[in-house]
Amino acid sequence: MVTVGAEISLLRVREVSKSFRPPGNGAGPRLALDSISLSIASGELVALIGPSGCGKSTLLRLIAGLDTPDSGNISIGFEQISGPSAERGLVFQDPNLFPWLTVRRNIEAGLVARGVLHQKRDEVQKFMELVGLDGFADAYPHHLSGGMAQRVALARALINHPKVLLLDEPLGALDAFTRMRMQDEVLRLWRGGRAEQGVRVRPEIVSEKLLRLWQERRTTMILVTHDIDEAIYMSDRIMVMTPRPGRIERTIRVELDRPRDRSSADFLRLRAEILEHLHFAGKSTSEKNGS
Amino acid sequence: MTNAVKELSRPAVAANGDRATIRNGLLAPGAGAKARPYAILLVPGAAGVALAIHFFISRHQLSASDSYRIFLFLVLSVGLAAAALYPFFAAVRERMHNLAPIFAAAILLLALWEVITSGLHLLPLPYFPSPAAVLESMITDRGLLFDSTWHSLVMLMSGYLLGVIVGLISGVCIGWSSAIRYWGMPVLKIVGPIPATAWIPLAMVVSPSTTVSSAALIALAVWFPVTMLTASGISNTRASYLDVARTLGAKESYLIFRVAIPAAMPNIFIGLFMGLGASFLTLVVAESVGVKSGLGWYVSWAQGWAEYGKVYAALVIMAAFFSSVMTLLFKVRDIVLVWQKGIIKW
Repeated sequence: MVTVGAEISLLRVREVSKSFRPPGNGAGPRLALDSISLSIASGELVALIGPSGCGKSTLLRLIAGLDTPDSGNISIGFEQISGPSAERGLVFQDPNLFPWLTVRRNIEAGLVARGVLHQKRDEVQKFMELVGLDGFADAYPHHLSGGMAQRVALARALINHPKVLLLDEPLGALDAFTRMRMQDEVLRLWRGGRAEQGVRVRPEIVSEKLLRLWQERRTTMILVTHDIDEAIYMSDRIMVMTPRPGRIERTIRVELDRPRDRSSADFLRLRAEILEHLHFAGKSTSEKNGS
Repeated sequence: MTNAVKELSRPAVAANGDRATIRNGLLAPGAGAKARPYAILLVPGAAGVALAIHFFISRHQLSASDSYRIFLFLVLSVGLAAAALYPFFAAVRERMHNLAPIFAAAILLLALWEVITSGLHLLPLPYFPSPAAVLESMITDRGLLFDSTWHSLVMLMSGYLLGVIVGLISGVCIGWSSAIRYWGMPVLKIVGPIPATAWIPLAMVVSPSTTVSSAALIALAVWFPVTMLTASGISNTRASYLDVARTLGAKESYLIFRVAIPAAMPNIFIGLFMGLGASFLTLVVAESVGVKSGLGWYVSWAQGWAEYGKVYAALVIMAAFFSSVMTLLFKVRDIVLVWQKGIIKW
């Protein structure tokens, strides 16, 4: 079940269902998402994990406003989502940089689209430095490596200061080493560009109000992934989804201190737990389908 | 590959580097790579051969003027001058490695032409004059030829630009809006494939002047490929580009002008090139049957007088004129689509 903590939730998904008609006639509509409800707090990093076809990406597209749910609703703050907007940035597995624009112009795109480039021009430099690409301002996207291109895509999405950043397997196409480096990079961006060191939150000496303020300076992120390690390493909460129909089977809170040790006992225990759960879930659904 | 690496390490100068490689790449891929000092001898050598042939042949007949001889001497001296500069300037060297073989071949072709025509008389005479006679006609009739070229240029540009503007607008509309596509596509598919020249009888009757009707015919010939390719480019825009733009806060105008049109640009340029080819054809036909000016008219007029030297002179000018326009469009493409370099085989 979804647990809502003491934090004020920023994003609320209520009873959302979505079905698609598979190509070819005869077949009825297939339920991709079955009455999904979840709630995400401001500044939280939530991972959606599950096998392919479980509706993770569909859910993300609904939150982005690129598709509309068949039933149920999604709201940000008190506002119901009716279409795509700059307050919900989206980064795909393919960086989808505009190949006709240089790195700088790609990062500027959000400002140009909203017609605020004039007022916010200095932001561009700031974000280019934030993702470590200020030397590549005039390079075209195809000159960049996969990791660099994805950093440009992140900067392009973040320059609008979205309330929620939706990440659809953003590191899925990268090699294992680049991937681990980029996980730290994304975490740094989540914290608003601040490094991990020195920012130890000690609830006993920081008032609750201050803690909340500090958390709200973070960019709320929803990370779709099918890498369990990535989900444990990065997120505050992991939502495990199961396919046919897409459901949130379980939510697991990750209580480990950051930076997390990928080989610590706690990490591995959590990993084993999720693996087992996914395996079990997969078996149970296939049995359900069989009967 | 190495180029891409170089540009990665020096992104600030990438644009300049690009342009230089484009220039070399267009002229002769790979030809200028090796240092070949004998390149300096190619052009003067070919000019020498051509001159020798010319002197040998013209001994037997009276040449009306020396213009062809002077022309060959000019080529010879330019070739020798370039050869003299060869050791001193890297730019000259590079150019010569690229250009010398093709120039020498062209000069030898002229010599061969002379051998076949005035040398061996292999071809019937009024129809196949020697290069000397063609050059002679070009010089004596230069006033009218210049005038004709100018008229053709004006006609071509007005028709082409009109066709491109209308074609881009209709192409973007058809490609973007499914409602416009529903009504527009059948019109495009039925009217478009008719060759523009087939409308000549109608155009003559309807329009106030042959100039206007000719320009309209060229525009029509250009409009079809430009519209077709623009529309398909726009409607083939990658959906994820549009999705990303929407989540960046883009409105419809941004999606059209900053995403769909740039994404369609490679396609649009194919349409522009096809349209340019169609416009040359339509121009020449329209000039020879309608308007009483331009190179197309000049060719049929000279043919009427059986002055084939002038016919060929006009054809030579036409070739130079059309290929210059084509080159200009290539240059525009190289600037607009510079981002494609490295993605496609340039």
